[in-house]
Formats: sequence, structure tokens, C-alpha cells
Amino acid sequence: MSTALEVAQTVTDPELPMLTLADLGVLRDVRTEGEQVVVEITPTYSGCPAMGVMRADLVHALHRAGFADVDVRTVLSPPWSTDWISDEGRRKLAAGGIAPPGPATRHTGPIPLSLGPTRRTATCPVCGSADTEELSEFSGTACKALRRCRTCREPFEHVKEI
Amino acid sequence: MAHEETVYDALDHAHGGEGQWAFGTGFDDPLAGVDTTIPDGVDAADLGAYCLMLGDDALVLCQRLTEWATRAPELEEEVAIANCGLDLLGQARLLLARAGSCGVLGRSRQHATDSIPDEDALAYFRDPDEFVNHQLVEADGGDFAQTMVRLLVASTARLALFVRLRESRDPVVSAIAAKGVPELTYHRDHAARWVLRLGDGTAESHRRAQAAVDAVWPLTADLFTATDVERRLVEQGVAVDPAPTRDEVRDVLTMVLERATLTVPAWPADRPSPGRAGEHTDELAPLLATLQGLAREHPAATW
Repeated sequence: MSTALEVAQTVTDPELPMLTLADLGVLRDVRTEGEQVVVEITPTYSGCPAMGVMRADLVHALHRAGFADVDVRTVLSPPWSTDWISDEGRRKLAAGGIAPPGPATRHTGPIPLSLGPTRRTATCPVCGSADTEELSEFSGTACKALRRCRTCREPFEHVKEI
Repeated sequence: MAHEETVYDALDHAHGGEGQWAFGTGFDDPLAGVDTTIPDGVDAADLGAYCLMLGDDALVLCQRLTEWATRAPELEEEVAIANCGLDLLGQARLLLARAGSCGVLGRSRQHATDSIPDEDALAYFRDPDEFVNHQLVEADGGDFAQTMVRLLVASTARLALFVRLRESRDPVVSAIAAKGVPELTYHRDHAARWVLRLGDGTAESHRRAQAAVDAVWPLTADLFTATDVERRLVEQGVAVDPAPTRDEVRDVLTMVLERATLTVPAWPADRPSPGRAGEHTDELAPLLATLQGLAREHPAATW
């Protein structure tokens, strides 16, 4: 029989189904308290609309594996960072046509204003060219930016650093 | 009931078989599993009132931004504005839920049925005089330039607060602020780049951007005077006094405007925010009517 952790680790993200919640760094903890399985997840962005589905998917998977008593809890702190996406998650993103994020910047004091286009290196997931440009810092989901490859001209999404 | 067939059965089961509430927020408590104990020595009513202020600013600005859906000048921009709105909606939801956990519900419970979560009752079942957002965020969005200038001002002021609120003694407020900082940084940068592009663009875009600045500037008068609630919470290490953020906010706005070849208008004299006292312009009620109409018409709707 699989452990609760093993079961929870198989649950995929509703919006990036090539990744598990564990790959994405959203699955923070799985533990047993008496008879109860306690799962902790954290939202990527404050307005992430997928939290309810993630919660239901986790409960559903654990129920099917025979864990009757499951409590999925939200943790807000520390806030999710793209740095928590695992190497395996980055590989799966690229294989799925989405450029993985670079390292996130952390500020402790006032945040400097950035008036120029964001300097990012994102490799085209289609042809591998490094010559890509940003079309918009916002894309189909809150966690992605929209870019275009200057070599093969394909537009693609990029998980932006946060 | 350990073996639901589908995800939706699981959702339904988690909510006592009531189905989903119509507005997509009945799935789960956004603060589920978060420790919502009120810190020692902190007045729950004050903390709730403060969360309502910060939450209403986000909720009302989100609603103004969503008015651009299907109307933005280009598809990418529509997605960008919707993304900013979604982040603000998320912040609003967490903050209103925190207000609810502090027992601050105003008259919302007179209208909302019991199955509606606190944050939805607060969003959908308060009347305009119970909203405590600054008038800056309720003003009609005007043209695209005005939307971007307002977003620049609002996100600059909010970011200055949130950066400091990461140190709040209330762990929930502190966590919401820490989560909001990178989001607001994206919003501010996005708005600033548009103001730059419009101000330093064509004669027409410059004219409109300057008109937008002139229209929005007087509303900055409200942003820097703490209410009594804020003053008490500042002493307890929970809230941030907006007054000391004023110079930083003005510096950022001045820098953007100068780079955009726009004239920085005279700064208005600070005044206590009428919005924080529930005094609003005529523009808030129609906005809330749009926001709240469906929920009030069909309070127990499911889909």
C-alpha cells in the first residue's frame, strides 16, 4: 500500500497538468496526525483560482487510496516562489512547451521600480534558441508571461519569476 | 463517503452536499488551516476594520479593472489587466476572510444566508456606506490612460504599505502582505511602463496621459492620513502608518512622470480619507450594483 505522501505526490496541477503539485512546490507537507492525514498546500498567487480544485483532487486521490480522514490546509507563509519548482518540474515544463523560470529576486527593503523591459533569459521550448522576446508579462494564467522566439517565430509561455 | 467518483463529488462532499455556491468562492475557506488566533493585546474589531480597508481597496479596484474585459486596446493588454485584477481579488478575498474571522461583518449578515462564507457576505451584501475603500479606487476608470495612471498610483501606495506590513504582528496580515508584494511589484511596473509609453508617445497619447494625471492627482490627498483604527494598530505593531510612506510614493510617481515627459501637478494637501469613513462619491453605488447584483438576486444559487 502506498503512503499518504506517495499518493499526494501523484496529484497533478489543474492548470499545468504535466506537473505534480509536488513538482510545482505547492505541496508543502503531508503528515499523519492520529488517524487523520494532514496535507498542506500553498497558493502560487493570492488569487489562484485553482486552490479549490487542488484541494478536492488531493482529497479524492487520498480517499481512493483508502485514507478516509483527510484535512487539506492552506499555508500562506512563507509565500510560494518559483524557486520551489523542482528540477524535475522544470524539465517537465520545458518538455510541455513552457519555458521554466530563472532565479527569483528577493528584496528586503523598498522595491526598485523597473521601467525597462524585463531582462530575462528564456530559451524557446520549440527550437531551443536563446533569442526570445517578451510580448507581455501576463499570460493565460497569473504565473506565466508571454514570449516569442525571434528565430522560429513561435509564441510560447514562460513561468515568470516570483 | 470515502470513495467519491469525481472531483465534483469530492467538492460537494466537502461542503455538506450543498453544491457550489454560484460565485465560485464557496469551494473552500481561503484561510482553511491558517491559524487565525488574534495576537495578544490586539483588538479584534480594530484588526477586522483594518483588513476591511485594505480588502475593499483591492476589491473595488479589481472591479474597475475588470470593466476592461472585452474592451482593452489589445488582447495581451486585456489579459494583463485581468491578471492584475485577479491578484487584487485574491488579496481582497484573504483580507475580507480575515475581517470575518475577527467578527467584523457589518450589516452584511442581515442579508446573506448562512451558507455564504464571510468574505462573500462582506463583498456582496454590504451597502455602499459600509465600504471603506479610498475614493481613488472607485472613481470611474475613464479612458485607458486614466486606468493606467490610477493603477500606477494605487499600486505604488499599496506596495509601500505591503512592504512594511510584512513585519505586522498579525501573522495573517503579514502573510497576505508578503504574498502581495511581488504581485503589486508586477502591477506597478506594468502601469509605469504604460504611463511612460503614453506620456512619451504621440501628441494625443501625451494629452490624454496628462489629463489622466490631472484627474487622478487630487485623490492622492486621501492616502497618507491614518484613521483612528490605524493609529491604534500602529502602536500595537499590526498596522502601518501611511504618513511615512508619502515621500517614497511621491518620489516613485514623480520619477515615472518626469521620464514620461508629463507635468507633475501640485500635490494636494493631505486630508483624512472620506472613503475610510464610508463617505463615497456617486460612482461607487453603480459599481457595487454590478458587482453585487447577481449574488443578491440569487443568494442560494448553485451551478
